[in-house]
Amino acid sequence: MTSAAPAGRVVGSWRAAWLRVEGHWTWYRRYWTSTLYSTGLQPLLFLVAMGIGFGSQVQPGAATGGLSYLHYVAPALLAATAAQGAVGESTFPVLSGFKWQKDYLAVTATPVTAGQLLGGQLLWVALRLLLAGIVYVLVALAFGAWLNAGAAVVVLVATATGVACAAPVMALAATTYDEGARFITLFRFVVMPMTLFSGTFFPITQIPGALRWLAWISPLWHGNELARGVTLGGLGVLPALGHVVFLLAVFTAGGLAARHYFYRRLVV
Amino acid sequence: MVEAKALVKRFGDFEAVRGIDVHVRRGEAFGFLGPNGAGKSSTMRMIASVSPRTDGELTVLGLDPDREGPRIRARLGVVPQQDNLDSELTVRQNLQVYGRYFGLSRSHVRRRAAELMEFAQLTERADDEVEPLSGGMKRRLTIARSLVNDPELLLLDEPTTGLDPQARHLVWDRLFRLKSQGVTLIVTTHYMDEAEQLCDRLVVMDGGRIAAEGSPTELIRRFATREVLELRFAPGEQEPVVGLVDDLADRVEVLPDRILLYTGSGEAALERAHARGVRPVSSLVRRSTLEDVFLRLTGRSLVE
Repeated sequence: MTSAAPAGRVVGSWRAAWLRVEGHWTWYRRYWTSTLYSTGLQPLLFLVAMGIGFGSQVQPGAATGGLSYLHYVAPALLAATAAQGAVGESTFPVLSGFKWQKDYLAVTATPVTAGQLLGGQLLWVALRLLLAGIVYVLVALAFGAWLNAGAAVVVLVATATGVACAAPVMALAATTYDEGARFITLFRFVVMPMTLFSGTFFPITQIPGALRWLAWISPLWHGNELARGVTLGGLGVLPALGHVVFLLAVFTAGGLAARHYFYRRLVV
Repeated sequence: MVEAKALVKRFGDFEAVRGIDVHVRRGEAFGFLGPNGAGKSSTMRMIASVSPRTDGELTVLGLDPDREGPRIRARLGVVPQQDNLDSELTVRQNLQVYGRYFGLSRSHVRRRAAELMEFAQLTERADDEVEPLSGGMKRRLTIARSLVNDPELLLLDEPTTGLDPQARHLVWDRLFRLKSQGVTLIVTTHYMDEAEQLCDRLVVMDGGRIAAEGSPTELIRRFATREVLELRFAPGEQEPVVGLVDDLADRVEVLPDRILLYTGSGEAALERAHARGVRPVSSLVRRSTLEDVFLRLTGRSLVE
């Protein structure tokens, strides 16, 4: 039994977070087909229906920067999909780690700390978004949705947008003790309106001025602006920087809150 | 291995552990015995370095859990009260993924997983998912998982609660083997037979305090007599008899359907009771067990 083995040791923080990703990857290798609909087919259906079907009825104009609707909507659809996917990955799966499966309790009984576990979760979400983004970009390429190589950068923009959304939602999940009814509310009254009214399908200039601030505080609007900026151009350096800073701020604030609540729940 | 002085754990206004002193030596099997809510699990979580102490002193493996938590946990094995396996992974994957958190190489965890599945008699289920396994198998897997880092100290929180007798004996057998290999065990339980089977030394906890400490035989000697005579009656008919027998034993306890006489010799007490005309429905002479100690120290009424 005692196989003259190296006993356990403490690993560095990044390594610890990465080991959590490795654990998820083990799961993913068994179950990746079950994620195909949400990460593969659903965005494709949206691209076809909105970009090509609905888009055939839209005249290129000032709102679309003189471009076809397909070109206009393709980058934003990726950002919106990433935001939705990230929120999904950060609600019930995270709550389960605390409450049902309790695998978070198992992980934090090892040298891995609650903060490193959170880091691993965020890294895992980022990796999932990156993979799904690459698939989307390649499929959209076949539909002629991209004008230039900016399509490669839009994957990173979408991933960043998603991770910025994931951090505060993980904080919310860490403070959820019931069966997660609030997640349904979150999807219905935050994520869905955010997807529809953050400039994904039409410019927010169409939203009455009094309500436009709702788009401005939505991480997805900033992600959409950046995603269009890198693929279609027309985004100044300063506004671009502003969007990056906003996403970074949401991520940092959400991440710090999540870290606080992860410790509060796991180290008691 | 573990040194606690005046250890306290409070959750808000509730004091779960109220100043306990514990000293666990290398290589021994140490038990925390007590009813639900006695503070056993809170104590275990502090030792496992996942729960900061509120007050008092605590060192585990010579280190301070508040400052060296990860270093301590690297050398511990933990079997929690509730299994927290990854139910969608296979038996083998559960062991391998977990081992990696201890900084072990892939090849090492692969080898170790094979050894541990052998040890836990799970080799045949190696590549099956965990979800459909029986309770006993999951428990054995949780114990196997806790050994993946070759821990010096193994913490088991109610290791056999909810298992059938066969499964319990199998788990005990594995724990004996570990003990004989020099692994220090700390066990919480509310099963007296488990404590008597496994523990070299134990403390009885009640209401967050230590009510007694010693080896199982010491505790029985100190808090019970060598033997117990049980006189059984139809319910309610035992009361009038108490006055006839209460001088026959060191201590008498009256239950709804019987009288327990704690005495050095049960047979002698029974003979004298017969001589006084006591005619129980049945009688039984047995040796005192930890259960008698436990019930004496923590009371018979249900603790919630």
